[in-house]
Amino acid sequence: MPQDIIASFEVLRLGILDDNGNIDETLMPSLSDLEIGRMYEAMVLARTFDERAVALQREGRLGTYPQISGQEAAQVGSAFAIAATDWIFPSFREMGVQLTLGYPAAQLLQYWTGDERGQLGPQRLNIFPLCVAVGSQIPQAVGAALAARYRRDPIAVVAYFGDGATSKGDFHEAFNMAGVFRLPVVFICQNNQWAISVPLKNQTASASLAQKAIGYGFPGIQVDGNDVFAVYSAARQALDKARSGAGPTFIECLTYRMADHTTADDAGRYRSPEEVNLWRTRDPIVRLQRFLTARGLWSEQSGKEVKARAIGIIDAAVQEMEAIAPPAAAELFTGTRKTLSPRQAEQRKGR
Amino acid sequence: MAQLNMVQAINQALGEEMERDDRVVLLGEDVGRDGGVFRVTEGLQERFGAERVLDTPLSESAIMGAAIGMAAYGLRPVAEIQFLGFIYSAFEQLAAHAARLRSRSRGRYSCPLVVRTPYGAGIKAPELHEESAESIFCQIPGLKVVVPSGPYSAKGLLLASLRDPDPVLFLEPTRLYRLLREEVPEGEYLLELGRAKVARAGKAVTVIAWGSMLERVLKSVAAYDAEVIDLLTLNPFDVEAVLTSVKKTGRAVIVHEAAKTCGLGAEIAATIAEEAMLYLRAPVLRVTAPDAPVPLAKLMDYYLPSTQQIQAAVAEVLKY
Repeated sequence: MPQDIIASFEVLRLGILDDNGNIDETLMPSLSDLEIGRMYEAMVLARTFDERAVALQREGRLGTYPQISGQEAAQVGSAFAIAATDWIFPSFREMGVQLTLGYPAAQLLQYWTGDERGQLGPQRLNIFPLCVAVGSQIPQAVGAALAARYRRDPIAVVAYFGDGATSKGDFHEAFNMAGVFRLPVVFICQNNQWAISVPLKNQTASASLAQKAIGYGFPGIQVDGNDVFAVYSAARQALDKARSGAGPTFIECLTYRMADHTTADDAGRYRSPEEVNLWRTRDPIVRLQRFLTARGLWSEQSGKEVKARAIGIIDAAVQEMEAIAPPAAAELFTGTRKTLSPRQAEQRKGR
Repeated sequence: MAQLNMVQAINQALGEEMERDDRVVLLGEDVGRDGGVFRVTEGLQERFGAERVLDTPLSESAIMGAAIGMAAYGLRPVAEIQFLGFIYSAFEQLAAHAARLRSRSRGRYSCPLVVRTPYGAGIKAPELHEESAESIFCQIPGLKVVVPSGPYSAKGLLLASLRDPDPVLFLEPTRLYRLLREEVPEGEYLLELGRAKVARAGKAVTVIAWGSMLERVLKSVAAYDAEVIDLLTLNPFDVEAVLTSVKKTGRAVIVHEAAKTCGLGAEIAATIAEEAMLYLRAPVLRVTAPDAPVPLAKLMDYYLPSTQQIQAAVAEVLKY
């Protein structure tokens, strides 16, 4: 038997918008100025939400909160490609996705004050409750995709997760099953390069995360996760492909967690200021501003107006959130079961 | 009415429910073409197609996780875990998600999922094929745990589980799969979850058991005036049935094949102590497996509660 190469592969990396705001016209997806303006506003809203959430936590008005700062392009760009009928399985660091899809900011804040009722999302959105156990939402997304196909619903399912999740068994089990059944699912990893204190190189020996999909029989692509156009373009294509029945795609958005893991973390203990500063120069919002400026679509003044509108939205959300009465003790049992057991009913009465 | 064994009864329940409700979908390892390693799902893929009886990769956590996604989407998945001893890698999905989805989403999503799995000892199988660690799952508030004790209860409980709006872990005692035959009616009958059954009436002592131990208990107490309660649902268990009987007899013996420490017997005994202490004439006794791993075949007779141990416990409480 001669030796043969039985498999070889290439991993694509997609970038459209560079640090200076220049785009590759040949790769640029079809987006009107209005749509690009809405993307920018959504990214500013996500950043503003994040800044306010951290401030509220420092004032003791919010519980532990996981920042999204730096990941706005990955979250907003992908969310813009999602249709209302698609199903979304978020991790816990997806506030930019949720806001962009129309999840009420007041409810998101309510959740992070430590009030489960914030997870009761609007009926019109197919957004699963955020998932705290890393990576465990991924097989659930695969199941929803199985069910959608069984129902002949022409939708896609999106699972969001971070780089840390790619070390979990559920990531691999879910990818494997999605590949075997060729399911309408899009896996979006925001590789922000840090899983609390563990850097990417200690998370994987792979040259990319994207290539992990190859082993499961479907394509993976790495995109510049701070480039909202690249993320949108890749997500759009993957979602269209999924909806058409052509199977799953894995999108690795290479980005950076500019803040701490959560408000309870101090990233200064494990990473250098130089690294953080380098990534600050790649801020996805600034990058889009440069593009918009060159197009005559952004000025200091218009930028201030967008920010002011975002602050207004979040101000109102904070006010709404803080006007919500705290949950009654009986809320402990809400949804434990459709019908409580006699013992649960008794326990509920006593509270 | 036909005399069926438990394998046939479960197969019939699944087939009838799939006929009635196209949301019912089976998934698991070898459940389709092979009909399951115990043949419980035999013929169902032929009848209902490969999309409704889905042979999955060998991937317990993905089976469980996918079933949760399917349930939330509006289907009624029945996930088979090939043996209870292999459920541990899917435990996170079951405990952290299936059982909490309704609560976490405040009712926006629910998880009407049935997880079927062979459980219990006595079939001379390799390691981890004969586990009975039921009480681990009874500590999960959103999860119901059901154990039939024969073909009749298997069908009625499974149909009720398949109609339940919340996740149910359905533990099938492998030793009983082909041991007992009972009259099992064709068509629908539901045994309400959370309800125990008086398997044998008596006045002097209450013996509480479930699953494969019920058969052993009934044989063991033939010479005693014992009331035997078949628990059928382990969580939520039928507190009222237990207390009613114990208040009448004043004596209680609990028999289970899982290890003693923190076994379900402890919960039942504590409930009796809280609610019926003043009716007791004797200490509440437990006849259980020892706190040791479930052994292989050669040691199994030393592990499982024996007829002699059950009789000794009954005789002991009757001394008071």
